[in-house]
Amino acid sequence: MERLNWNKIETKGLYDMIVVGSSAGGIESLTQILVSLPAKFSQTMVIVQHISHDSKRSLANHFAVISHVPVREVEDKEPIEVGVVYFAPTNYHLLISSDGVFNLNIDPPVSFSRPSIDVLFQSAAEVYQKRVMGIILTGTNHDGADGLKQIRKHGGLAIVQNPDDARYPIMPQTALEVADPQLVMTLDEIGFFLNRL
Amino acid sequence: MVQKDDLDIEIKLLLQAIYDKYSYDFRGYSMSSVKRRMANALTQFRLTSISRIQEKVLHDSSFFYELLQFLTIPTSEMFRDPQFFYQMRENVLPILATYPSLKIWIAGCSTGEEIYSYTILLHEAGLLERTTIYATDINPKSLKRAEQGIFPLDKIKEFTLNYQRSGGTKTFSDYFKTDSNSALFDRSLKKNVVFADHSLATDSVFSEVQLVSCRNVLIYFDQALQKRAFDLFYDSLSRRGFLGLGSKETLRFSEYDLKYDAFAKDEKIYRKK
Repeated sequence: MERLNWNKIETKGLYDMIVVGSSAGGIESLTQILVSLPAKFSQTMVIVQHISHDSKRSLANHFAVISHVPVREVEDKEPIEVGVVYFAPTNYHLLISSDGVFNLNIDPPVSFSRPSIDVLFQSAAEVYQKRVMGIILTGTNHDGADGLKQIRKHGGLAIVQNPDDARYPIMPQTALEVADPQLVMTLDEIGFFLNRL
Repeated sequence: MVQKDDLDIEIKLLLQAIYDKYSYDFRGYSMSSVKRRMANALTQFRLTSISRIQEKVLHDSSFFYELLQFLTIPTSEMFRDPQFFYQMRENVLPILATYPSLKIWIAGCSTGEEIYSYTILLHEAGLLERTTIYATDINPKSLKRAEQGIFPLDKIKEFTLNYQRSGGTKTFSDYFKTDSNSALFDRSLKKNVVFADHSLATDSVFSEVQLVSCRNVLIYFDQALQKRAFDLFYDSLSRRGFLGLGSKETLRFSEYDLKYDAFAKDEKIYRKK
């Protein structure tokens, strides 16, 4: 379908939840996005970043330092708050529950990934319907494409980083083909876009 | 914000039907996780809707027991989160060693990986002989596998690494015998293990214990069912008893936060006040 122009679409007050999926090359891309979030961020952002299971690195601690917005790693049944950026913990799937809390589970990997972007996005689509936007960034696998399609199907806003702009184009390219997103943007543009929500 | 779609309604009806017919109570399981598992079951059984599953469940008990394997997917490993077992070994067992006899409840023991992790720890601490371990689960097939103590050989490398990271210094392979594709753990490890069918959703307290370990089970429950489980654990634990949870499970969002001390905060080991 025809893409929309990110600079012209109306977003004020239309979205409560922003889900983001990234894989290889994601740390740098997420850094750029998180520094661009305004201190008065009035949505909730939830991020799945693929990372090695053995990694002791806490993404939340890393990003808390650079972001104006509080950044946390999710624990099971944590209430979902506005104005906070959440990261999925390593080795758990992260799901959004209809009663306003996060659920974790250790079901087998989906798209070879745990946490899986597809799992997060699908649950976000079901709960938030048209009030969610999903963003797929850089990566070398196919995770997130089906989830983004679900967001689109439930009336939400699907955004994919322009594969030419991504460090690793496979993940955004796949999402582009599978989910037919309304918006395709460079990382810079995504930053501007989120900043003026 | 919340909209109930047809799928939610179908799943609720199915879980009610399962409870009425088989007394397995999944009604308090977290819907988002159940949904995904049901979607997998649909694909596996080549059925087109949850309502079709319900029809088969009601008229074919063997089908129900197949479905049960989807509702209770066993996913575990030995010495999962080695730091947890390191804390147990270094700081919890020395306290428990002061008791003349010990009782431990492993709730939701699944296929037994956690049981053997504990019995190896207890053996190495010289406590196994005077400990009774209650290993409970709702899935009879998992319990049976736990009791057999047979694990796929291709998991052993991971288990061994975890064992070493948990502070284990013995030769891990001394604890099992292998054939071409599996590892059979030593019978003596399960001598004091009582394997029992017990549901955190419907059953009650059965013994006083000094340690409850329930890891990565509560994540599948909604908050009301979690509270029921926390009630059972609190009532089972002796004064100053220990509660071990999964690495991303917490009492933080429960009223029980005030009734326990965080004994090892990062490892999610709590101690009853």
